[in-house]
Amino acid sequence: MTTRTLGVPDLSLVVLIGTTGSGKSTFGRKHFRPTEVISSDFCRGLVSDDENDQSASRDAFDVLHYIAGKRLAAGRLTVVDATNVQQEARRQLVALAREHDVLPVAIVLDVPEKVCAERNARKPDRKDMPAHVIPRQRRELRRGLRGLEREGFRKVHVLRGVEEVDAAEITLERRFNDLRHLTGPFDIIGDIHGCASELETLLAKLGYADGAHPDGRTAVFVGDLVDRGPDTPGVLRRVMGMVAAGTALCVPGNHENKLGRWLKGRKVQHTHGLAESIEQLEREDDTFRDEVRTFVDGLVSHYVLDGGNLVVCHAGLPEKFHGRTSGRVRGHALYGDTTGETDEFGLPVRYPWAEDYRGRAAVVYGHTPVPQASWLNNTICLDTGAVFGGKLTALRWPERELVDVPAEQVWYEPVKPLATEAPGGADGRPLDLADVLGIGVSPARAKPRAWGSIVETRHMGRLAVREENAAAALEVMSRFAVDPRVLMYLPPTMAPTATSDVEGYLEHPAEAFAAYRADGVREVVCEEKHMGSRAVALVTRDGDGRFGAGALHTRTGRPFFDDAELTGRFLDRVRAAVTGAGLWEELDTDWLLLDAELLPWSLKATGLLRHQYAAVGAAARAVFPGALGALEAAQARGVDTGGLLARQRDRSADADAFTEAYRRYCWTTEGLEGVQLAPFQLLASEGRSHAGVPHDRQLAWLDRLVEADGSGLLRRTGRLFVDTSDEASVAAGVDWWLKLTASGGEGMVVKPLAALVRNADGRLVQPGVKCRGREYLRIIYGPEYTRPDNLARLRQRFLGHKRSLAQREYALGLESLDRLADGEPLWRVHEAVFAVLALESEPVDPRL
Amino acid sequence: MFLTISTTGTPEHPATDLGFLLHKHPDKAQVFSTAHGTAHVFYPEAGEERCTAALLLEVDPVALVRRGKGKGRGGAPDSALAQYVNDRPYAASSLLAVALSGVFGTAMRGICHTRPERAAQPLPLRIEVPAVPARGGADLVRKLFEPMGWQVTADPVALDPGFPEWGESRYVSLTLEGELRLEAALRHLYVLLPVLDDAKHYWVAPDEVDKLLRAGEGWLEDHPEQKLITARYLSRRWSLARRALERLELARLAETDDTEAEELDNAVDEAVDTEERPVPLAVQRREAILGELRDSGAARVLDLGCGQGQLVGELLKDVRFTEVVGVDVSVRALTVAARRLRLDRMGPRQADRVTLLQGSLAYTDSRLKGYDAAVLSEVIEHLDLPRLPALEYAVFGAARPRTVVVTTPNVEYNVRWETLPAGHSRHSDHRFEWTRTEFRTWAEAVADRHGYTVAYTPVGPDDPEVGPPTQLATFTRKEAAA
Repeated sequence: MTTRTLGVPDLSLVVLIGTTGSGKSTFGRKHFRPTEVISSDFCRGLVSDDENDQSASRDAFDVLHYIAGKRLAAGRLTVVDATNVQQEARRQLVALAREHDVLPVAIVLDVPEKVCAERNARKPDRKDMPAHVIPRQRRELRRGLRGLEREGFRKVHVLRGVEEVDAAEITLERRFNDLRHLTGPFDIIGDIHGCASELETLLAKLGYADGAHPDGRTAVFVGDLVDRGPDTPGVLRRVMGMVAAGTALCVPGNHENKLGRWLKGRKVQHTHGLAESIEQLEREDDTFRDEVRTFVDGLVSHYVLDGGNLVVCHAGLPEKFHGRTSGRVRGHALYGDTTGETDEFGLPVRYPWAEDYRGRAAVVYGHTPVPQASWLNNTICLDTGAVFGGKLTALRWPERELVDVPAEQVWYEPVKPLATEAPGGADGRPLDLADVLGIGVSPARAKPRAWGSIVETRHMGRLAVREENAAAALEVMSRFAVDPRVLMYLPPTMAPTATSDVEGYLEHPAEAFAAYRADGVREVVCEEKHMGSRAVALVTRDGDGRFGAGALHTRTGRPFFDDAELTGRFLDRVRAAVTGAGLWEELDTDWLLLDAELLPWSLKATGLLRHQYAAVGAAARAVFPGALGALEAAQARGVDTGGLLARQRDRSADADAFTEAYRRYCWTTEGLEGVQLAPFQLLASEGRSHAGVPHDRQLAWLDRLVEADGSGLLRRTGRLFVDTSDEASVAAGVDWWLKLTASGGEGMVVKPLAALVRNADGRLVQPGVKCRGREYLRIIYGPEYTRPDNLARLRQRFLGHKRSLAQREYALGLESLDRLADGEPLWRVHEAVFAVLALESEPVDPRL
Repeated sequence: MFLTISTTGTPEHPATDLGFLLHKHPDKAQVFSTAHGTAHVFYPEAGEERCTAALLLEVDPVALVRRGKGKGRGGAPDSALAQYVNDRPYAASSLLAVALSGVFGTAMRGICHTRPERAAQPLPLRIEVPAVPARGGADLVRKLFEPMGWQVTADPVALDPGFPEWGESRYVSLTLEGELRLEAALRHLYVLLPVLDDAKHYWVAPDEVDKLLRAGEGWLEDHPEQKLITARYLSRRWSLARRALERLELARLAETDDTEAEELDNAVDEAVDTEERPVPLAVQRREAILGELRDSGAARVLDLGCGQGQLVGELLKDVRFTEVVGVDVSVRALTVAARRLRLDRMGPRQADRVTLLQGSLAYTDSRLKGYDAAVLSEVIEHLDLPRLPALEYAVFGAARPRTVVVTTPNVEYNVRWETLPAGHSRHSDHRFEWTRTEFRTWAEAVADRHGYTVAYTPVGPDDPEVGPPTQLATFTRKEAAA
């Protein structure tokens, strides 16, 4: 017997149909992967410990449908191994396939009763099956056989007899819409509506000659070639010719669909410009009209292209429909999603699906005329109303360049004026909760599901955010942070250097240099650490761009000043410095993102200073004179107080040193008078992340800013370059730090000069470690931390978690900058920014 | 931390009897070990006429932080105690009170076998505590000590002489003078030092009540500030536990930003808004909202920004509301709400009607779609104005319930609040308060943008000049109105 090949779409729900003993499980094992086949017997076993317990069937099928549903939702071929001889059982499976927009396929194993009975008799667990079961099942099977197509199966394969079953082979067929193997490059062309002349001009501008591109580019038409315009046949002739020649692809629009029905002789209303097409086509001959009918009939609703990165369809398509096949998908692709309402012009109100779109693939579509094509959440509408006197637009892919030609005239009066914004509106819509809390957001009434999310980063892979941390971040982000549209970055935390053994010191630069040397980093930069508050400044060239007037926010995203007017004046000063330094032109940008320290510390930390730091000093000043006086008096009386007096004198001196330590970072300000900003990294500008720019170049930019600043706001960051492999250079680094901290400095940060560095194992090295001064650390570890017995205990600190946190937050920070640079949608940037804030609430020793 | 106790005497009754009463010899310096450091007792002066005993507690600041917590995780229960920068080594707090009872325990019980008559008699006493943390300031210090016959001198201590603009610290330098029995004086200090500090270093256990009754015998019964003393002495228990369980993540974010935890964690203001002391306006507001909801025929209702769940509780009392969802961004508010609604003890039928969710109106939220009505009661004014459009879209554009009830203060009415200083807002977290015109301008624009109609109802006495204290707007979706 010759082999019989059964075609099965590569994403479908395959329903095996056959009586017990007909060999379905064997067939499934032979032709499919074990994980692709779900058998009802197996599910019966799962819920009842007995594969033949018929009383468990109901629960078993619930499980079977659940698993099949999960697989189909994930886009996986699924085979159901159950008798499926009853129509009701098949109806449920067809419904499941439709729900997930995949094709249901039936494979019938029609095997004689005798064979089935013999097979069952050989199986110990089935040999007691009543004799009437198989004949009954076979009667049901026979009854249903002819109606399978009508039941909704898109392919039905019937194998009669053991021989046909044994000789069958399965071939997986690629879905028509799956053109992932085509990588273009493409020129995607918006709605033409019979504007043949504009189309020719555009094709020429794109470099096509007589329907072909010298570089082998492929044109892709988003549909609505026809109706309204002056020369629908001309457009069709060109497009059909290109498609036939293989230089173009085309998806259907709603207008092709309607024209197709008219060509098939159906009754349709000659509205919305169909009348013009009919009139023009009636001047053509039958052969052409037949060709058009065949062409329209053969159009595939949407295409998935370029490895899955690009989806082209007429009216836009949510991610769950990409690559799927069902009437619903086709309807959606042609007509889009409507809310069911109509607007004041009597036109259906379209659901702003692009606002909700969170897919990885770019969706390019048309259908809704807009004045200008623009990206929203990785989607773009190319219908720029050529027939209404707008323009005809094409998108070059993967270049993402727009090319357009103006309409030669208004060919057709629009029913309503072109919308001022693309469907979905400007990018000003708020974000969705699911963007920051991951996919775990379930309906309000559903059982609570764990929140927390995973952020995919290019530098550290998948990073997890836990529920309790996301919850805290949500509260701070919602109640206190600046608008997410200007919150592009939150600075990562920084780990301190390893604990030092040098006498009298908890932190010492020798450790920092040694650690980088061990990581293979030779060139490092030591940057003066300004004791203030971390601030991120988003500075804009003028107030009209995407970031408006910019922002100045803290490390948790709160506005730095409550007063918007003060923020405005602050940013004005920075803007003037950027202008003076010529950085707008040099970086070809309208905005800059700066990471900086804002001084003095007392500006923002007033509450903390008054309630904690100054309070400790005040209490100490109040208590020691009396205590020391009493001890001196007792000693004068000849009472032996041991070393108590000496110890108390030391403590008093420590408390004074503490007060001196915090006072260095406090001064009075009035408006912007006395306020300083010390920028230490230029993070990003239009289209670029500068996080990987070496620090010497960074500092050169920033020095120019400081020089150009006439207002006294900007402050230079002192620095010293050190070679970790050179002892003299390391010693110079230590000296520099000693001098810096002896005169009251907070300390320094040691960074790899090359900024973004990986070690020999390919892991990111710490982007910087801080090395804090001996006196400064009194405000961290308390006034008396330098006493030898205290220092000995404090040296037992654990840096592991802090280092890991610093690295994860760094990777997330880089991620938000990269996403910003790549022009990714706001929710993608915000996801990474939010994750940094969430991680900041992880339990880690706050003194590190 | 440090205090001195002095008395004066005569040749018949020498001041040095203080040594017998305290059971500590005036010519020796003695050392006692306590849980948080070493206590020293010594006498800077010991004459017939005048004798002074000093108690000095050397606190180990490192041990204070490191006691009883996991390795390197910074997980101490109270964030204040987790700081190495801590006033505990200097200020007279509960640590000193505990040392006092440990070192002078016998004296505190009034036992003195060698000088029983002196222990039973009032002595001329002078007690100096140079650094007393006093929440409530010098005034409260006087109110607490004067009723027992003390002459009180309480001088506020400046925060930092280098920064006079910072003003005074919460510490006072305290001197008490009076003729009192020594054991009573010690018991006053034992109770009132921690009360003034309003914090305790240890977890308050149930036996604290007995301790308070014992130490308060003879003076606390009739003390005019008895309520405050008892509340402060005992009621910290709950709040300490709460801090430990609910606020750590937020506290850490505050710390990250050099701010205090209270500045971020202010979503629940239990002092002002509790069921036991209902604010009449709050009750009227809830009744007005319920009226609007009933008129709208809503059955499934969202309370957006439900806070401590007062409105959710009212909605549950009316069976026409078949489903009530309380949403708040504050986990702490939701925890309080769950406790007040007794969610864990609710019968399954009742419990099925109510859900509490953490959510944020700064984001659209698919969970909130498909409800009949949503309430935004005293919510919008807690948002910075530039972020209001996001809330507007999340509620009116995305969730789109048929009915939306919004209430917000009417700032014009503020002049009628006698207790509210001019120009102040009603709550420290109010980012704005609107006039009636401002509110209506906003409401009309929202209704217009999102296809709603809007109607207004006054809540509270409708003053002819300045309007009602609370303004309420009811939005109805247009296609639903027909």
